Amino acid sequence: MSTPPSGHTDPRIALEAAKLGLWTFLATEVLLFGALFTAYTVFRVKYPALFQSEHLKLNRSLGTLNTIVLISSSLAVALGVDAIRRGKARLLEKYYAVTVLLGAVFLCVKYIEWTEEFHHGLYPGTNIFFSLYFMMTGVHGLHVILGMGVLSYVVVLSRRGRFSGSYHTPVEIAGLYWHFVDLVWIYLLPLLYLIG
Amino acid sequence: MERVAGESGNGRGYLEERGWRSWAYTLDHKRIGVMYLYTTIVFFFIGGIFALLLRLELLSPQAKYFSDHTYNVFFTLHGAMMIFLFIIPAIPSGLGNFFIPMHIGARDVAFPRINLASYWVFAAGFLVVIASLVSPMDTGWTFYTPYSAKTGAAVATLSLGIFLIGMSSILTGLNFIVTIHKLRAPGMTWHRLPLFIWGMYATSIIQVVATPVVGVTFLLLAMERLLGVAFFDPAKGGDPVLFQHFFWFYSHPVVYVMILPAMGIISEVIPVFSRKPIFGYKAIAYSSLAIAFLGFLVWGHHMFTSGMSPLANEIFSFLTFFVAVPTAVKVFNWIATLYKGSITFESPMLYALTFIFLFAVGGLTGPFLGALATDVQLHDTYFVVAHFHYTMMGGTVMGFFAGLHYWFPKMTGKMLNERIARIAWALVFIGFNVTFFTMFITGVKGMPRRYAEYLPRFQVENVISTVGSAILAVGIAVMFWNFLQGLRKGPAAPGNPWRALSLEWQTPSPPITENFPEIPVVTDWPYAYGKPEGPAT
Repeated sequence: MSTPPSGHTDPRIALEAAKLGLWTFLATEVLLFGALFTAYTVFRVKYPALFQSEHLKLNRSLGTLNTIVLISSSLAVALGVDAIRRGKARLLEKYYAVTVLLGAVFLCVKYIEWTEEFHHGLYPGTNIFFSLYFMMTGVHGLHVILGMGVLSYVVVLSRRGRFSGSYHTPVEIAGLYWHFVDLVWIYLLPLLYLIG
Repeated sequence: MERVAGESGNGRGYLEERGWRSWAYTLDHKRIGVMYLYTTIVFFFIGGIFALLLRLELLSPQAKYFSDHTYNVFFTLHGAMMIFLFIIPAIPSGLGNFFIPMHIGARDVAFPRINLASYWVFAAGFLVVIASLVSPMDTGWTFYTPYSAKTGAAVATLSLGIFLIGMSSILTGLNFIVTIHKLRAPGMTWHRLPLFIWGMYATSIIQVVATPVVGVTFLLLAMERLLGVAFFDPAKGGDPVLFQHFFWFYSHPVVYVMILPAMGIISEVIPVFSRKPIFGYKAIAYSSLAIAFLGFLVWGHHMFTSGMSPLANEIFSFLTFFVAVPTAVKVFNWIATLYKGSITFESPMLYALTFIFLFAVGGLTGPFLGALATDVQLHDTYFVVAHFHYTMMGGTVMGFFAGLHYWFPKMTGKMLNERIARIAWALVFIGFNVTFFTMFITGVKGMPRRYAEYLPRFQVENVISTVGSAILAVGIAVMFWNFLQGLRKGPAAPGNPWRALSLEWQTPSPPITENFPEIPVVTDWPYAYGKPEGPAT
């Protein structure tokens, strides 16, 4: 294979292109969750009493714990991006590793929650509320897994010495994506756990 | 930019390398475009064979050749394959991939790796779709619940396949948006962009915004079948009409994903073969964005008989009429471009003119269906089938054929046999109108769509439609035989056989891998025909 034709030889344009690409991608993600939020709105207006009674069956303490875990992970990402902007690649790797770890903690807590709910006979097909709950947290959970993969890949690239104070586009892009995943949870928590 | 005619194509340009690896791993947007073209055309043929089988069955009022269930499967596969595997990706991912970077003076798209990934995600998608044939779908291409949640067909598998195809569509749209924003050649301002680019830009926005919604919808449908999720199941308090809302929130805008790139091709072909600057450049450009925007507000007009509130029906009906405005703006500007032009009737122009004629019929029958009172009468009759095929086949597919004939010399470096191309065109034109114009009448008389059997009083119209479909099939077969002959032994194409002014023609045929020896500097719009110094807009 010959050298691939590059659409952009200018690194400044490459950075701009990557950022525009990611914001466009986040727009698609908003629409993806938008459909779920729309369904939530439709059914909550239709069955307010059901949502009121069913949401009490969720474990609020674990939900709160997970919120703290995810917000901390966002802080770690922000610190990591700040580190590489100052050219400190080793520090970036540590912060991003912490983020991946916190993501894993989040998933473990979610696993405990789901197991508990299954134990109480609450399944995706139980009723509309639990359909929404499992689909929304499930799709969000998939995004957490994807985000962990992306961040881990950034750490691997960083260990190979790819990033510096002057070039770290993938670090920023991955960080932005993680913040988005975090933000979705910030909406899911009150909508699912804190209705009453 | 100097308007030099491209050099004659002596080398093989981007086609120099051979072997499957040079295709499977390529990052060249032109090769990826060609792979999309071959793939989508294969599905066009498969979908077409299903259509011919349906027409064959409809020769007689009673089911004759296969069972009702088989008939249901065939019309589902005809619709699903034509829509998801041919008409949505063919122009954007095929011709768009090839020509967007060339039109804007770039060496490639913004993200060549994502571009290749989008093709392989698409390939994974159609493999899953093929896998679903073990228990083929019988729901129609619209997958309406609650039937789709209950049928024994492999709905979950097919949903996954279409989810993957949607992902590929999102990646392509995202890539094009960034490419058009960031990689335009020096001097290529927004108002010097070829109109094909404006059409593709509007298309990409729709792909990026609408596709995620249908992705989730198919995911929920699959989960309903696998886990018993309750969204669309009335027995558990779910709402089947919600499925229709979600489905059409994507599937209405997506008809503009199908038509806008075709309109872009027409806007390129008409000025070249009229030797005149395009009339109303900005009006055509912005009408593409207007169509994309309005397209998001009218999905409810597919659901007038589904039990929405009368108020919602009235609002959707009212908004639907607005789509006619930017559409008519385009048609009138094309006609104004033709006015007093030095028109020649090469095969791309024949298809472009056919587009205008057929699309006008398809477009004007739209308001019949957008108006509430007539829609209640015409809903789910052959009138809808005729309207849809006039816009989508008479529109998009004719635009696609125009693009294939127009760009064939550029893509392959070979010329087509023009005489055979015109014979094929005549057969397609006659066959299409005989098949589908008749369906308007069948529909007004009250024959419902999607039935394997019908009342004997509709037989004459059905026989005419079936005869027409055979003529159409022969025409398309001749056209593609001509393409194959052109590929095998067509004479070498010069760089600019049509004396066109847009950038893709200012480079050899076939283009070199980097598209341009040097990135061109643009000083004028691409439609300065008929004057040595065209107006710079």
